[in-house]
Order: sequence, then C-alpha cells, then structure tokens
Amino acid sequence: MSDCCSTDTGIALLESPAAPRAQGKIRTVALVGPPNSGKSTLFNRLTGLRQKVANYPGVTVEQHFGKLNGIGRSDLVLIDLPGIYSLDSYSEDARVAVDVLHGAMPGTPAPDAVLLVLDSLHLRRQLMLAAPVLSLGLPTLVLLNMSDLMETRGGEVDTLALAQELGVPVAKISATRGTGLDSITHFLDRKSEPEQPHPFMRLELPVVGNARSYRQWATGISTRTKYKAPFSSEWTRKLDEILLHRIWGPLLFLIVVIAVFQVVFTIGQPLSDGFGSILNAAGDKVGIYLGHGWVESLLINGIWRGVASVLVFLPQILLLFLFIGVLEDSGYLARAALIADRVMRSIGLNGKAFIPLLSAYACAVPAIMATRTIENKRDRFATILVAPFMTCSARLPIYILMIAAFIPNRRIVGDFFGMRAAVMLSLYLLGFLAAFGTAWLLKSSILKAASAPFILELPQYRMPTLRSVGLRVIDRGLVFLKTAGTIILSVTVVLWILSHVPFHSDLPQSVIGHIGRFIEPVIRPLGFNWKIGIGLLSSVVAREVIVGTLGTLYGADPATQSLSLQAALRHDLTLGGAMALVVFFAFAMQCTSTLAIVKRETNSWKWPALQFAYMSVLAYAAAFATNQIILRLILR
Amino acid sequence: MIMQDSEFQRNSRGIHTLSALSELSVGTAAVVESLDLPDEVGHHLMHMGFAPEARVIVVRRAPAGDPTVYSIDGFEIALRRETARFIRVRPQQEGPR
Repeated sequence: MSDCCSTDTGIALLESPAAPRAQGKIRTVALVGPPNSGKSTLFNRLTGLRQKVANYPGVTVEQHFGKLNGIGRSDLVLIDLPGIYSLDSYSEDARVAVDVLHGAMPGTPAPDAVLLVLDSLHLRRQLMLAAPVLSLGLPTLVLLNMSDLMETRGGEVDTLALAQELGVPVAKISATRGTGLDSITHFLDRKSEPEQPHPFMRLELPVVGNARSYRQWATGISTRTKYKAPFSSEWTRKLDEILLHRIWGPLLFLIVVIAVFQVVFTIGQPLSDGFGSILNAAGDKVGIYLGHGWVESLLINGIWRGVASVLVFLPQILLLFLFIGVLEDSGYLARAALIADRVMRSIGLNGKAFIPLLSAYACAVPAIMATRTIENKRDRFATILVAPFMTCSARLPIYILMIAAFIPNRRIVGDFFGMRAAVMLSLYLLGFLAAFGTAWLLKSSILKAASAPFILELPQYRMPTLRSVGLRVIDRGLVFLKTAGTIILSVTVVLWILSHVPFHSDLPQSVIGHIGRFIEPVIRPLGFNWKIGIGLLSSVVAREVIVGTLGTLYGADPATQSLSLQAALRHDLTLGGAMALVVFFAFAMQCTSTLAIVKRETNSWKWPALQFAYMSVLAYAAAFATNQIILRLILR
Repeated sequence: MIMQDSEFQRNSRGIHTLSALSELSVGTAAVVESLDLPDEVGHHLMHMGFAPEARVIVVRRAPAGDPTVYSIDGFEIALRRETARFIRVRPQQEGPR
C-alpha cells in the first residue's frame, strides 16, 4: 500500500516526480518542523484532512499530502514532512525530509515553498532547525506555533526582529485555535507573484553546518530578538511527580493497563459479537434473495462470511486505537515507555515497544500500526515480528472450544482457579514466552543494533482533543479495512473455489478436502486428522474461522452428525491432538490481516514471509512436542 | 570509553572536575562539556539540546532507577545510563530548579 497517500487524499500528484521548479510560481508547499511542534495539528487545520496528531516524538513516519482547503487554496498541495530535529540523516525520518526538500524523492514534487513550524515555547532549541532549512534557499515562512500559550505564560519574542535576523517573514500562530493562519495566505499569495529580492535581507547563516554552530547561531538570534522563554508548565512537573513516582508510578501504570484491557474485553467483545451476528444476519437476508445457487454460495458463504470474520474485530480494533490515541496525545505514552524501559531492555527492546505489545493481546493489527512511535527501525521491526505471538482475541474461540471439550472442570485452588483456567493461562504464558524469546533471538541476530541509544522526549501533558483522537481512529480504521480487506477478499475467494471445486461436491471431496487428506501424513504426528488439516488451511484467513469449518465438517460427517461439536471432537481426537492444536494456534501465524499490515508497515514481503515461515515451523515443532509428550507421559 | 588525559587536564584546571552525566544525582545541574559517542548519535543528541555549553538539570529517575530524565533548554529528555555515561559535564555547585 505504498500508494496510500495519493489514494487516501484523492489528490493527483503533479505530473513528473521532480519537475523543475517554475520560477516564483508555487504549486507545492512543504510543512517542516521538529517533533512536538504542533505540525500535525497545523496540517489538519490547513488541509482538513485526517492525519495522526500526537504528543509523542516522531510519530509522522509516513508522508501525507493534502490540498490547502483550510485556507481556501485548493490549487496548492501541502506535503507534511516527518518531524525532524535536523537535516542530518541520523534517522529515516530526516532522510525522507531531506530528499523531499531537495526534490529527490521519487513520486513527490519538489516543494516550491516551505512552512517552517517552530514551537515558540522552546524557541531557543527549535531555531536550530531554521539554519539548515533556510540554507536550502526556498521561499520560507517561519510559523511560531503555540504563541498563545507562550504569551499567557509570560514569554515574548520580537517577531519583526526575528524576521530581519532570518531574512524571511515570521508569524505567530496557534494551530490548535486556528489563529494567525491568514499570514500563510498572505505569504502564499505574495510568493505566487514573481520573486522580488528581499529588501532587508541580512541573513547570516552559520558557515559550518554542525549542531554546535547551529546552537550558537540560534542562541545569538534568541538573545537579539529578546526571546523570553515562558514559564514551564507546572502541571507537567506536578503530574510527573505522581505518575513517575517510584511506587505510585508503576502502580498507576498497572491500573491504566488493566483498565484498557477491561474495556477492550468487557465492552469490545460484546460489541464484536453483536456486530458479528448483525453481519451474518445481513448476509443471510441477502442470501435469501439470491436463491440457492453457486452465486449465493460464493457471495454469502464465501466472500461475505470470510470478510465478516475479519470485520468482527473492528470494534475491538477501533477501541484500541482510541486508547492508544488518548495515551499518545495526552503525553502519557512517553511516561509508560519510561516506566517499561527497564523490563523491555532485558529482551533487547526498548520501553516504546511496551504499549504496542500490550495491544497485541487484543489484536496484532493495531499493535503493529502502533509501532510507528518506535523511531529505531530495528527495534520497530523486532516488535512487529513478535507482536503476533501475543494471545489475541481471535485465538479465544478455538481455545475455549478445545478446553471445554477436553479439559475436565476440576478445581485446583478455591472456586476461582480450576484446571480449565490453568490451561488457558498457560496458553497466554506460552505466547508471551514465545514473543520474548523471539525478540531476544532477533535482537541478537538479524536485527542486532550496536549504536542506537534510547532517547525519549517527554512532552508536556496535554488534554487530548476529540477531534484529533477521532481523526486518528477513523484514519487507522480505514487503513485496516483497506489493507486487510483487499487481501482477505482474494484469500476468501481462493478458499471458496478450493472448497467448491469440483462443483456439486461436499467439502471432503473438494480440492481443499483432497489437500487436507494429502497433508494428513504431515500432521498425523501432531495428533491431527484430515478434518483438522482442512480447518488449519481454512483458518489462514483468520484464526477463529477454524471453529466454523470444524462445525461444517463434523456436521456433514454421518458418523458424528448427531453429536455436538464438542462431543464430535472428543470422539475424533485424542487429548494429545487437542492440546497440540491449541499450542499450534498459540504459535502459528494464521491471520491474513496481520500479514497484510506487516507488509504495509515494513514495506516489503520479506518480513511477513519470514514471520509466516518462522511461526509455522515453531507451531509445528511445539504441537509435535505437545502431542508426543502427552501421548508418552500422561496417557500411558 | 576512556577520557583522554590531555583533555581531562585542560578542563580540570578550574575548580570543577569533569564527570559523566550519569553520575550526577537528581536535582543537580551541570554544563555539557563533550560527547564521547559515535558521531551519528552524538550529533542527534546535540540537535536535541545536549550540545557543549548547554545547561542540563537532572530531573528524576524512572521508577526502576533507569533511564533518567534530564531537563535541557526547557525540554525533558530521558536517557539510559549506558548513553548518559558518555556525556561529560562540569557539575555546577548550586542548581536552582
């Protein structure tokens, strides 16, 4: 989905990738600024486009485009660049920004003008970015964002003097309130006319382009323009004294984590279930009109059921996006990363991986999308690769079915903790251990990183706004639907064809039935029969599909027709095979949506392929071991 | 990484001696002297504020004792000990917060 930007916004990008800049004529404007300067908020203001707004360093990894509708200039395209501290190519973000600014980014027109957003609360440091950006020589407007906050907190700066120092116009704005934006209109209108030499141009940029000289330059300008830094927010300090307290900090952190889960499972699960029955009922209704032909079978039983089996996760996924959004925009996510860093470090990851991995307990899809906050590419990829091991809610149906069918309801400790709960808990633990073991393995092999320190900026606390969190939930939800939806559609069609060819045959006689029988010798050592084999094949779309497939298969078989699914399974499988099946599901990558999202986020098929192969091998080995151990030790 | 002797002597002529940022206790202030890190990382940290002559205050440690939050130019940035020990600073006697 590398073409997401242009299709998302519906903007046809300008004709040639790096068209020579027409003198004085502006068509493309680049939005540049450091992380946490309020750049994304401004982008939303100016374009009216949905885009991630966050209070956490470096979230804008993707490039976003939008027409300047917000100020009535839909003829101009605004490019949102990743938040950067400098044009040094330390990070991938900075490399992208430099390439776009130089017009060297394929598929992106060279910008004709630059809007440089700086956080006026911390102007002294933020000005350091102005030096390299101004030296590009593009028409630039410097926007001092959050100037309302700066002034209420007793800060000040002489913008006229600053404009003279920088040799470009400077304006105070507030992106959250939408004030001062007319300065952008003036700037663009004026710059659209033929270029006039600036009358009071006396820009002196540092000769040596390093951090030290930029800093001296920025400090000099701050002093000459009488910049007075505002008082720092007392709120942030006071809140941190509690939220990062030695005892209260971790305790409150735990409460936040539990609350997220409580909501996702107590509200999200029923929502998902309800949504699922609505989807299926709708499918049945439409099916009646279509009659009982193969069209109905393909559309309703094939495509619709397959797509619905993935759509049911939407309520939970959106809820998780909502939570991550609130945590991120409020500034708490950075604190959570700080608290979790010590634990995550032991497996070679950093604190920023914690919240994504936690989300993966509900669904790996939002978890993988949330790894954008991890700037270090190796850490991010390691997190993406281990996230699907966490016990997501799609594994629960098969876990519950198998446990209910094979594990006696015996108490172990008191009334609460029985044998069934113990097995369930062990499965959760198994996924967790696999994730941590794999992370450790990855970080000490292919994703070994030598010189990537953990640098975490703690932004000031802010009240998350409904607008920005809402925009993000919608944006992420659409990305999920589009990315997962397209692949799932094709996989379900293929699966339907495989299970209906030759025509007028039952599932056991279909192609997939034959494949199921064909792979039986391979899965026999795991304690599985050909029906389980078909179940495994069909659950490539989504894990919970296996329950439905098994229901169909056992329902069609005369030997087990009269039995309930649980009884039929007991009749057909040993305890070893049943436990091997749940262990297989704990490790296997039976989720097309996740594979699609991994492909999108890593921008290569290499990683999802590696992940699929690794997880399948691990699942096979673990299921084999489980079956053999139970066979030899317990059932002797 | 080991401090180079000549540099150490030149900087320790005054009343302040150099120490690693990670050695400072919470509440103390210091002035950044130099960064003993690979160029890429060092430059990135400098752009984030950890440049020579910048004044840094040790704000607090994470509940687990590491990383530590530093305040620099009004920003709060957390670094692990493994990174902060390569930032050499001149501790200041009194650090008004």
